[in-house]
Amino acid sequence: MSYLFHTDEDRREMLKSIGAESIDEIINDQVPEAVRMKRPLDLPPACNELALTAEMTRLAARNASADSHVCFLGGGAYDHFIPAAVDEIASRGEYYTSYTPYQAEVSQGNLQVMFEYETLVTQLTGLGVSNASLYDGGSAATEAVLMALSMQRGRNKVITTDVVHPQYRDILVAYLKNIDAELVVVPSDENGHSKPMIDAIDDQTACVLIQHPNFVGQLESVSEIAAAAKEAGALTIQVFDPVSLGRLKRPGDMGVDIAIAEGQSLGNPLAYGGPYLGIMACREELVRRLPGRIAGQTTDRRGKRCWVLTLQTREQHIRREKATSNICSNQTLLALRATVHLSLLGPEGLKETADHCIAKTAYAKEVIAKSDRFEVVGEGPSLKEFVVRDLGADVDGLLAHARDNGLLAGIDMTPMCVGGSEGSETEVALPSRYEQCFLVAVTEKRSRVEIDRWAKVLCEAPSMATV
Amino acid sequence: MRNQQSTQLLFELSRAGRRAHRLGDLGVPSVNVDELFADEALAETPPPLPELAEGDVVRHFVGLSTLNMSVDTHFYPLGSCTMKYNPKRNERIASLPGFLNVHPLQHESGLQGLLELLYELQGMFAEISGLPGVSMQPAAGAHGELAALLVAAAYFRDQGSDRSVVLTADSAHGTNPASAQMAGFKTKTVKSNANGLVDLEDLKAKLDDKTAVFMLTNPNTLGLFDSQIEEINQLVHDAGALIYLDGANMNAILGITRPGDFGADLMHYNPHKTFSGPHGGGGPGAGPICVRDFLAKYLPGPVVTRVENEGASGDDDRYTYHLTSPSVDSIGRVRSFFGNTGVLVRAYIYLRTYGGDGLRHVSEDAVLGANYLLSKVKHFLDVPHGDRCMHEFVASATRLKKEKKLSAMDIAKRILDYGFHAPTVYFPLVVDEAVMVEPTETESKQTLDAFVEALFRITEEGEELIHDAPHSTRISRPDDVTAARRPILKWTDAAGESAT
Repeated sequence: MSYLFHTDEDRREMLKSIGAESIDEIINDQVPEAVRMKRPLDLPPACNELALTAEMTRLAARNASADSHVCFLGGGAYDHFIPAAVDEIASRGEYYTSYTPYQAEVSQGNLQVMFEYETLVTQLTGLGVSNASLYDGGSAATEAVLMALSMQRGRNKVITTDVVHPQYRDILVAYLKNIDAELVVVPSDENGHSKPMIDAIDDQTACVLIQHPNFVGQLESVSEIAAAAKEAGALTIQVFDPVSLGRLKRPGDMGVDIAIAEGQSLGNPLAYGGPYLGIMACREELVRRLPGRIAGQTTDRRGKRCWVLTLQTREQHIRREKATSNICSNQTLLALRATVHLSLLGPEGLKETADHCIAKTAYAKEVIAKSDRFEVVGEGPSLKEFVVRDLGADVDGLLAHARDNGLLAGIDMTPMCVGGSEGSETEVALPSRYEQCFLVAVTEKRSRVEIDRWAKVLCEAPSMATV
Repeated sequence: MRNQQSTQLLFELSRAGRRAHRLGDLGVPSVNVDELFADEALAETPPPLPELAEGDVVRHFVGLSTLNMSVDTHFYPLGSCTMKYNPKRNERIASLPGFLNVHPLQHESGLQGLLELLYELQGMFAEISGLPGVSMQPAAGAHGELAALLVAAAYFRDQGSDRSVVLTADSAHGTNPASAQMAGFKTKTVKSNANGLVDLEDLKAKLDDKTAVFMLTNPNTLGLFDSQIEEINQLVHDAGALIYLDGANMNAILGITRPGDFGADLMHYNPHKTFSGPHGGGGPGAGPICVRDFLAKYLPGPVVTRVENEGASGDDDRYTYHLTSPSVDSIGRVRSFFGNTGVLVRAYIYLRTYGGDGLRHVSEDAVLGANYLLSKVKHFLDVPHGDRCMHEFVASATRLKKEKKLSAMDIAKRILDYGFHAPTVYFPLVVDEAVMVEPTETESKQTLDAFVEALFRITEEGEELIHDAPHSTRISRPDDVTAARRPILKWTDAAGESAT
């Protein structure tokens, strides 16, 4: 049997020491007859490594990927370049086959990485303190809202807007349903900006949740919104894009109280949505309400500098129902990858990555706008993502045509709009102005040749109007 | 002096102007970022990250890795965490571009291979649990608990019921009450009896028409299968409440008994434990949940469904797979995108490797290994809850503490010197000075014997030697109290200079 060790002789000796005739005897002693399985599990038969590798390789080959196609998809997950050193380090068994550092003496590697990760996140965000990771950007946004609600007793209103990631809002709706909180989703203005939310902030508001750059690629007036929230005694939560901080102002420098991000773009593969990395940082004085593990520095009995899990009285294994969150397993391996990635990039590498995204996105906008069929939606510059309207009103057919030509050309926004198949609830929908639009992301990986081909394929696609 | 490149911090290794990663020519017309963006949006300088060469980075992190114990390098009997061998084929297969480089918002026409895998996996999870409704959205066990409790809340809301209390066992993982709280429930604790099982009298006393869910871990955290399970089942359901099974200990019962067959209405798996996904130094995990038919419509989504194609020519196009929401009554999402797909792919490979019969052998050997250790350890350490167990057992250092001032923590620290990771200590809370041992099925008899020998020697060793242990690790007995009282949670120039 694949990974088992015992020979028949081993089993006999072990049973003898136990004083049992058989393993069944040990089990039957404890598991009542009435609930025991009377048949084998109905699963596919055992498969050896050679055969399974062949079968799985065939299965994998049936998927389009960012390897087989040129990827212009974003919407919270991006095809950024991952240096080889990231994979090499993260595939060391000492990292990926260990667990939560409960014994600090034999976990200094993981603990120091966590401490370095936390420091990098504070440097990145301009906020005082970071935890050691949450599941993903979406659930981290909700954890931030729960954190704000728990600190703002007596205030139960959460204000966000319809250009925050629809899936992030979907999570928020699910988590808030059973607790005393009111979610207010304010419509954005015609340019996809969230400034109208300022008028909705009142003395019942616990927090505002914004995304910058937002889901449709627009920059928000973060400082202004944060100032208005502060004035009303509410906290500001910003969803940020780590790569954007090579150029854009840091959340902590704009008055944001809690910053969260999807950390996938820092050295983590697309992996069909996970495992990803939920980044969370906050102002120092909020640290006792922060969810998740935190590594801190201390000294050992000989005075040597070292690292431990700390402030554990916030956590479920100590505080149970009074904990700040239920999180136990987190995303340490992904945080390691982000730590290595940021170490390789450094400040100049992060800036260069952002600059490449900005220039290539500007170029893509320019070439697509030359066609009569397409219109770039929303004014102003883009970091790496923008919206294109198909005046031929056939986004579905357009993107299928692109796939046939080796391109993952964009994300169809129609199903996400009010009344669309994914966005029937207005709380989680995009505004209807994004019907027959698609969302395009251009990372540093895209070359001019690829962008030109993307534009050419889209422009030459048959449209319903011409068929 | 010993070189400390790995234990210096990245920030201390940094030198202004050093750099690893470069992109080179843009290839498109350059833009003046300062003109393109408004001043209020732009930072004056990029974030003050460390500046390093690639060689610095690699040596630093490889060096640090050697300071960890791991399953690949050491026996890791951390009770409740199922630290079994992580098969290398899982890693290689999961890294195929068709699994690894797939974007979560790709059109499903280009995802048929992956969706087929995920569909099959849903079915396997349903078969192993005996519960037909499956959602693979949750990202970890605790996340699965929360998602399932939100499902239960939606169900009771639909029933017009105001059941608002979740019962948890005093031996339960801390995640149980924490998840209940997050899902908006009040919690009450049900006591364990002298045998370490659910105290039925206490359960009866706490069950009433406000009880929504009883969260049960079975086998429980003492490694005991609760033989009163049929009675518990009856009591909870007669009271109109649901039973949730914390699936942390599924490694003990694969193919032996199924949660759905012993009364559970909802449960989660920990594929990173039971189905060999690596633990990643703390994660990622995954937390797929299974529920009874009548609860399936509330599950979080998306889930994978399939439609048979008419006139299909081969296996590859027999079905078309779709991502769908379980129903209009779904609680929605609990995270973005599909789930921790990479962890799920590994679970699928593992399940295919063993098949149904093999899976039962996994649990049998896990039970055999734990009972074998128990049969040896009980001669020199107290094991308060009998001399049989399922996949793990909990010993107590109470007597040793009284006689030799030797605590569970001391044992944990000293065993590191013998080249073993420590068992879980001080959990579950119902055993004083708890030492919780879970060997898993992927350890040889020789390893188990060596571990027993080391534990025994420790009980014979001098106090002083043990109180200062470990002696062989780079650091020993860090000061947790100061760490919490005067937290240093990030590197700064000042902190870096003051502590070396």
